[in-house]
Order: sequence, then structure tokens, then C-alpha cells
Amino acid sequence: MTEPPISRGFRSRKPQTEQRDRVPPGQYLTTDFPVLSAGPTPSISVDNWSFALQLGGSLLAKWNWTEFQALPQTDLKTDIHCVTKWSKLDTQWRGVSFDTLLEAAGLSEAPTEYTMLHCDGGYTTNVPVADLKDGMGMVATQYDGLPLAPSHGGPARMLVPHLYFWKSAKWVRRLRFIEKDEAGFWESLGYHIYGDPWREQRYTGD
Amino acid sequence: MTEAQPVAGVPRRLLWSRAEVVSLRDDTPRVRSLTLAVADWPGHLAGQHVDVRLTAEDGYQAQRSYSIASPPEAPLLELTVETISDGEVSPYLTGELRPGDIFELRGPIGGYFVWSERQPGPLVLIGGGSGVVPLMAMLRHRAIAGPTQPALLVYSSRNWDEIIYRDELERLAAADPSLRIVHTLTRAQPQGWQGFRRRVDKAMLEELGVPALASPNLFICGPTPMVETAAQASVELGIDAARIKTERFGPSGG
Repeated sequence: MTEPPISRGFRSRKPQTEQRDRVPPGQYLTTDFPVLSAGPTPSISVDNWSFALQLGGSLLAKWNWTEFQALPQTDLKTDIHCVTKWSKLDTQWRGVSFDTLLEAAGLSEAPTEYTMLHCDGGYTTNVPVADLKDGMGMVATQYDGLPLAPSHGGPARMLVPHLYFWKSAKWVRRLRFIEKDEAGFWESLGYHIYGDPWREQRYTGD
Repeated sequence: MTEAQPVAGVPRRLLWSRAEVVSLRDDTPRVRSLTLAVADWPGHLAGQHVDVRLTAEDGYQAQRSYSIASPPEAPLLELTVETISDGEVSPYLTGELRPGDIFELRGPIGGYFVWSERQPGPLVLIGGGSGVVPLMAMLRHRAIAGPTQPALLVYSSRNWDEIIYRDELERLAAADPSLRIVHTLTRAQPQGWQGFRRRVDKAMLEELGVPALASPNLFICGPTPMVETAAQASVELGIDAARIKTERFGPSGG
């Protein structure tokens, strides 16, 4: 690849902070919390909410809101990175970790190596089990000490903070174990199948 | 389908291309359109965007996304950029850039918030501020392709001078009886203004006849609160949520 052209007169306007090493390539820091979704925000009552684990088409476990809240909760402070270029540091979440869900479902290990997450509104995204287990992924129901707002995915969203944030699917309702990795919604519309921000895997083939 | 057999439509890798500035046009005091010659541009659909990358002399790079304003049929690519006052990239694009300058971009990106004249059903576009940009690509495409379905643009601006593409929108509507353009001015209105003077809401969409449209395709783009309100109102008015596509501009950016 040839050298990128120098943009005459362009200089960084952002101060170089000590947090620079926490910002992946091509990202910039924001302090607010932008909202990005492909369609209307669904309005979901926790009375009608449930979360299910599936293997292919069969049900492994299912929790209603009350049961889900009774599961052991995990607190996580982490940085998040959106493919639209913003990153936000030290975000504070609470929810149920993937490991806890497996245990509560009576599974000693995940039945396959890949998952597809299914959401209200029809959104899907694929995440490997290796990126969920050992504390790497959770179903979050609180942000910054408060119930998760609907526009940010409430009542519950996936949280897989080490991948671009579209993998942290809003309004998540089902985690389906699948034998082979498959593309979800954005992944079949030109976005990267895996989405590692540190390798800048934004789009197909990056 | 196997990996050994590439299929038409499988996305290729998006490489950085050089874009040369051909001309600049001031749309409003805070908005400028850049007309660009892009080497090996693969073509795009109305509604898609690009990533722009600037490189400083010390090697520092910054990237941002901008919607494409030009229709797929146009030979040159147009981006319309709003200046974010404490932003890093937009003040450069709208203030510093001159014809002949070169910067990098890659795209097109986004295969969901797109519309083509072949898509059946009336078109409803709801835009706020610079959220009108991808909607303009759709209207320009529609005008070139030859309209076969009615279209409505509801466009919310702060005041008359901040309406992007104001004259061109007027010309498009004058040339096409099946296109209706409705402005709402939320902060200040010219003397004698008879139009809407509030943010897009349910009553406005109802008054404009949106619920009576059969199987419309809705595209909503603008600041998050506007998009949330308009999308919610459309659902309450009985529009199938699957027909409502949104792009939200967060308050951050640059």
C-alpha cells in the first residue's frame, strides 16, 4: 500500500492524553453515549420479557425477568468501541455473565463453538463462544447504576466490549448455539464477520 | 455456496481510495458540499455513506463517516458536511479544503438504509438538519430514474437559512407533482411563515397523511431525539416497524 496523502493543513485538535493507548486505531473518544440502531426502538415490558438459550432450534433454558434478576449478577467496568468511530472509556455495566447463564442452564460447557444472538425487531449478530466465556460477555440490564434505557437496548442487551459495539446487540432475547459461524444482520451487509477494533476489522475483508 | 465459488454480490474488501476535490459549494453557513473525483469508485446505492481519513504531517490520522449526497447515476461523488464546531475532521473539510486537494475515503458502506426506485411502495423521508443528506441522494436518484411512486419529504430545520439544498428541493418538487416537500422550522421562522414550526411529531405525520399510505417505505435520519420521536410516532400510526429504517446522528462526532 502506498503512503497515505498528507492532508495539507490538517492537525489533531484533540489533546493527546494518556488514554491514547486505550483508543483503537481510527477511533476517537466521546463522553456522551450516542444511539445507533437500524430501526425503531422496540418498547418491551419486562412483564413479557424472557431470555432463552437454544441449541439450533431446541430450547436449553429460559428465564423470565424475575428469574433473570435472581441469577448471580456481575459488575463490569469497561471501554466500548463503536464501528462508527466513537469510543467511550470506563463504562459501568451490571448483568448476568455468559458463564453464569451456562451454569444456571446446567451446562458444564457450551455445546458448540459459535452463537447467534437474536433480538426484538429481528436484529441478529454472531459471536464465537470463545468471545463470551471466561467473563468476556454478559447480558446487561443496567448501565451506570440504572436500568438500561430502551434506546440503549433495554431491558437487556448483550455486552461483548472487546468487539465493535454492534456485536453487543440491543434488545437481546435469545442466544442460539450454532455449529458453524454464520453472518448476522450487519455482518451480511458488509460489516466484518468478527469485528476486532484493535485490528480495525470494520468491514468485510478488513 | 462454498468459499471456492465467489458469487456476484459478495462484498469485496473496501480499500482506501484517493479523492480529489473538484469543487466546493456552500449550502448554509455551517454546511458545505464537496464534489469529488474518486479513483476506481465502485458505485453506490442512495442512502449509503463513506469513511473519510485525513493524515497529518506527523502521521496522525482521523476517520469519520459521511453520507453520500449524490445519486448512483452521478459521475462525481458528492458529500455534504456539517461543521461541528469543536470537531476534528468536519472543520477541516468545510473550512480548509480547496479544489485540487486530495484525501482518502473508502466505501460505499451500509447496505440497509438504502432505497432504489425499483423498491415498490410510496416513499416517506423524514430528515432533521444534515440528516437530510442521504435522503437527498434518494430524491436525486428518484428524479433521474423517473418517479413511479409518490414521495413525501418532511424536513426539520432550525430556521430558513439552515435548510440544506433549499433551492434544489424547490426545483425537484416543482418538476414532479408526485413529490411533496414539507418544511418545519423549529427555532425561527421568516415573516409570514405558514408552515410547521415545531419538531416532527405524531400529529404532524398524521396531518400529512402518512397513516393512509399503503405499504410505505420510511427512512428517518437526523439527531437521535428526532429519530426516536418520528420512528415511535410512525409505529403508533400503524406503520410496520420492519418498513421503518433509521440512521441516528449522535450528539458527538466531528
